[in-house]
Amino acid sequence: MEITKDLFERVPKDERDLNKIVRPSLTYWQDAWRRLKMNKLAMGGLFFVIFITLVAIFGPMLSKYNYYSQDFAIQNQGPSGTHWFGTDNFGRDIFVRILYGARISLTVGYVASILNLTIGVLYGGIAGYFGGWVDNVMMRIIDILYSIPTMIYVILLMTVMGAGLKSIIIALAISYWVGMARIVRAQVLALKQQEFVLAARTLGASNTRILLRHLIPNSMGPIIVTLTLSIPSAIFTESFLSFIGLGVSAPMASWGTLTSEALQVYLIYPYQLFFPAGAICLTLFAFQLLGDGLRDALDPKMRK
Amino acid sequence: MDKNKALIEIKNLKKYFPIKKGLLKKTVANVKAVDDVSFTINKGETLGLVGESGCGKTTTGRTIIKLYQPTSGQIIYGGKDIAKLSEKEMAPYRRKMQMIFQDPYASLDARMTVGDIIGEAIDIHKLMTGKERTERIQYLLDRVGLNSEHANRYPHEFSGGQRQRIGIARALAVQPEFIVCDEPISALDVSIQAQVINMLEDLQNDMGLTYLFVAHDLSMVKHISNRIGVMYLGKMVELCESNELYKKPLHPYTQALLSAIPVPDPEQAAARQRIVLEGEIPSPIDPPPGCRFKGRCRYAKPICSQQEPVFKDLGGGHFVACHLY
Repeated sequence: MEITKDLFERVPKDERDLNKIVRPSLTYWQDAWRRLKMNKLAMGGLFFVIFITLVAIFGPMLSKYNYYSQDFAIQNQGPSGTHWFGTDNFGRDIFVRILYGARISLTVGYVASILNLTIGVLYGGIAGYFGGWVDNVMMRIIDILYSIPTMIYVILLMTVMGAGLKSIIIALAISYWVGMARIVRAQVLALKQQEFVLAARTLGASNTRILLRHLIPNSMGPIIVTLTLSIPSAIFTESFLSFIGLGVSAPMASWGTLTSEALQVYLIYPYQLFFPAGAICLTLFAFQLLGDGLRDALDPKMRK
Repeated sequence: MDKNKALIEIKNLKKYFPIKKGLLKKTVANVKAVDDVSFTINKGETLGLVGESGCGKTTTGRTIIKLYQPTSGQIIYGGKDIAKLSEKEMAPYRRKMQMIFQDPYASLDARMTVGDIIGEAIDIHKLMTGKERTERIQYLLDRVGLNSEHANRYPHEFSGGQRQRIGIARALAVQPEFIVCDEPISALDVSIQAQVINMLEDLQNDMGLTYLFVAHDLSMVKHISNRIGVMYLGKMVELCESNELYKKPLHPYTQALLSAIPVPDPEQAAARQRIVLEGEIPSPIDPPPGCRFKGRCRYAKPICSQQEPVFKDLGGGHFVACHLY
C-alpha cells in the first residue's frame, strides 16, 4: 500500500495538549476517605464511635435523672419506659449512669491516646531520624519499659498518685506511647533514605523541617491506625482498673465500676451487668472495626 | 563563556563507609566508595561521570554537594573549601548547588502539592512570599514544559517524565550555578530521555549552568558532556574531552566499556571486536593494594599488583591512571 500525503490529517491544536490531566485531583486524604466509605463495617464502626461520643457529651444534659441521686423506692427495677436500662440497688437510673460512664471511659480513651500520640511520634521520630547512638540509647530505654508488664506499673502509679480520672490518664499516657514510638521509628527509618528526603537536605532544609514536614506526614497512615487502635485499648484498661477498684471513686462511675458493682448481684439482676458490659463491648468493637478499615484505606498499595 | 575557569576543584576526595560490628560499634572494615579522587569541573561545562553499578559515581556526586560528609579531601567551590563546613555554614552553598535525582517516583514527597515541592526551596531560603512565590512557581513549571495549573496537583498524578521535570524545576527554584544530575534519565523510557536531555541542555545554555552528569548510558553521556570521567571501584581511571575519549580510549577498562556500546550498523557491529571483561568486580571493602582493575585487565603486569598507578596528565588534559603509560 502506498502512503500518500492526503492520508494524513492534521491533529487539532487542543487535542495535542497531552499535558492536561483529566482525572480530578484527589489528595491522599480524599482518596483514603473514598476507600473507607466503601468499607461498610468500618463505616458502621465510625458512625457508632461518633454516636457514642455525641451521646456521652450531650446525653446527660438531656436526661432528667442524674448519676448520684438515690431513690430507695425504686431499687433494682428492671428496664421499663421510665428507666430504660432499669435501676441499681440505690435506685439510680442505670441508663444515665452508663452515659456518665461513657464520658469517663471516652475521655480516658481520647486523652490518653492523644498524649501517647504526641510523646510517641516525637520520641520515635527523633530516634529514627537521628539514628546511630541516639537511636540506640532511646530504643534501649523503650526495651526496658517494654519488659516491665504495663499493668504492674500502671497499678503502681495508681497507688502512688491515688485513684482517680487524672491518675488513670497519666498512667496510661506514660505507659502506652511505647508502641507508637516503635511504629513511628520504623516508618522514619524506612523513609529517611528516600530521595525526597535527600532532596530536602540538598535544598538546605533543617532537621526539624524534614522531620515535621516530610517524615511525619508520610508516616501519618500507620500513626492514625495505631492511634485508633490504642483508644479501645485505653478504654479497656480503664475499665479493668475500675473493675478491680483502682478507678474513679463513687458516686462517679465508669463502665468498669458499673460492671464491677453489677457483678455482686448479677445472679438476681443480670440486666445490671448486661448493659454496661454491652456498652464496653460495642464501643471496643466499633473502634476495632474502624481501625481495621482505616488500615486498609490508608495503605498506599490499595490505591486504584 | 569562559569554559576553562574552574568552578569546583575536587582534591583527593575520599568517602569511606565504616562497617561497624559488636556492642561497642568498633569499625571492622571500610567500604571505600570513593577513594582518592581528584578532578576539576569548569564553569559552564558538563562533566560526565560513567562507570558500572557500585563504582562510586553516585557517592561522588552526593559527597560533592555534601549530602555525605567526606572522609577526607577538599571540595573547593569558587575558591573556598566546603568539605569541612557545618550544615549552618553550608547554607549559602545550598543555594548554589543542587541535585536532580535518579528515581522520579521516590524523589518527590507524595504528600505535598507540586507547588509546595517546588516552593519549598523558596520557603527555606526565604526568597519570596505570596503572589511573587506563586508566580515564580508558575514560571518554573512553564520553564520545564509543564502546565502552570499543575501546581495544585500531587506527584502521583504525573508520569515519570513529568515527575522528573518537577524535580528539575525544584532544583532550579534557588537559581543554582551547579547541578549534580544523578542518572536523571535512567528511570525514563527512551523517547522521554531525549526530551529531558534536550531540556537540560537548553537550561544550561540559558542559565549558564554547570553540570556533573552521572550516568551509565555511554552514548547519552557522550552527547551531553564536554569532558568525561570514567570511574572504577571508587577510583577515577580516565578523564578527558568526550570526543577524545571515544576516539582514543587509553585505559583498558575504558576500552572495554566503549566496546560494549551497541552500534546501529549491523556490518560494523559484526566487524568490530568486543572486549569482554572476565571476572567479577572486586569488593570495595578494603581492596588489596595495586591497581584495582588488575584482576580483569588483559594487560596486567607484575607491577600492577604492587604499585597503585598514578592518575597523571598525558598531555592535552587527558588523564589516565594505568601502568601502561
